[in-house]
Amino acid sequence: MSRRLLPHPLLTPILAVVWLLLSNSVAPGHILLGLILGWLIPLFTLRFWPETVRVHKPWALARFLGVVLMDIVLANMSVARRILGSPSRLQPAFIPFPLALESDLAISFLANTICLTPGTVSAQLSPDRRTLIIHALDAPDPDGVRQEIRDRYESPLKEIFEAC
Amino acid sequence: MLTLVIPVAFALVAAAVALNFWRLLQGPSSPDRILALDTLYVNTIALLVLLGIHLGTSLYFEAALLIALMGFVGTVALCKYLLRGDIIE
Amino acid sequence: MSSWMELILSFLILTGAIFTFIGSLGLARLRDFYTRLHGPTKATTLGVGSLLVASSIYFSNQGQGISLHEILITLFLFITAPVSAHLLAKAALHQKLPRTKETRGNTDEGA
Repeated sequence: MSRRLLPHPLLTPILAVVWLLLSNSVAPGHILLGLILGWLIPLFTLRFWPETVRVHKPWALARFLGVVLMDIVLANMSVARRILGSPSRLQPAFIPFPLALESDLAISFLANTICLTPGTVSAQLSPDRRTLIIHALDAPDPDGVRQEIRDRYESPLKEIFEAC
Repeated sequence: MLTLVIPVAFALVAAAVALNFWRLLQGPSSPDRILALDTLYVNTIALLVLLGIHLGTSLYFEAALLIALMGFVGTVALCKYLLRGDIIE
Repeated sequence: MSSWMELILSFLILTGAIFTFIGSLGLARLRDFYTRLHGPTKATTLGVGSLLVASSIYFSNQGQGISLHEILITLFLFITAPVSAHLLAKAALHQKLPRTKETRGNTDEGA
């Protein structure tokens, strides 16, 4: 019953908050309208969301987002330094990264995180979903980059979205 | 202090837009040009936000939001075109 | 507006503008497409993000209540920038764009 009335429990509050930000007010009327929209939009777009998102550890997700936010700032410093330095001294590299994640959502989270953090852009996912090819702006040590992504981003994501 | 900082910021962002234009004209490949366009719209958002602070009005917010939406859709459509040779399959 | 607020605002605006500029400098200056991709996706996103935070603080201090809708654009940019970067990299790999001779590693495994 509740499955059919509320197919995506997480999407409703998110949409309501987006509505409040968009209208830039917290008047009771806007809160009500936001909640109604947050309830109706998932119902009408049900076919676009075949799988339900399940977050197993909300606090781990919050901590992960905090770590990523910090890393974005640090990454920008290092990328800015490399852009201002001599371009001929850069050592770009394509690094294949074997994935341990399996769900679509976790993989897209990882790819987005990689794009936003230290000097790396995810370039291609192999058709069998086992390898992600990463381009690094300056990687004298590809194994180090691989290890860092594994420890810092992949294992928390596995814990959050794929806990057994 | 703000009256001093805002013109400097305007100059920096305008220089960034000029560099984007240079890359847009220079190429050499089509992904380069798409990347230049993508950066151009992000920089336009920066310009609009600065203009909003300078003039003390939040009217430009909607324009910035629309540019963000349209720019993203445009970039994705162009990339899809390069990947498949077609946008609507 | 207190002078403290003005100092923070000036810092945010200046940082934002400088990062935006550095991102475009990377776009114009680096030598192959794959390295050029890094400047705009990272530096520009943070630059515009900090400008938007500055705008949010500025309008919250105007006395018409808190203004948070700038956060929406920031979030949107932070979500979409990696997606477009990924698609651009994929398109470039698809077209087999040349890369600098220093680039190591190959991309055959995913092809």
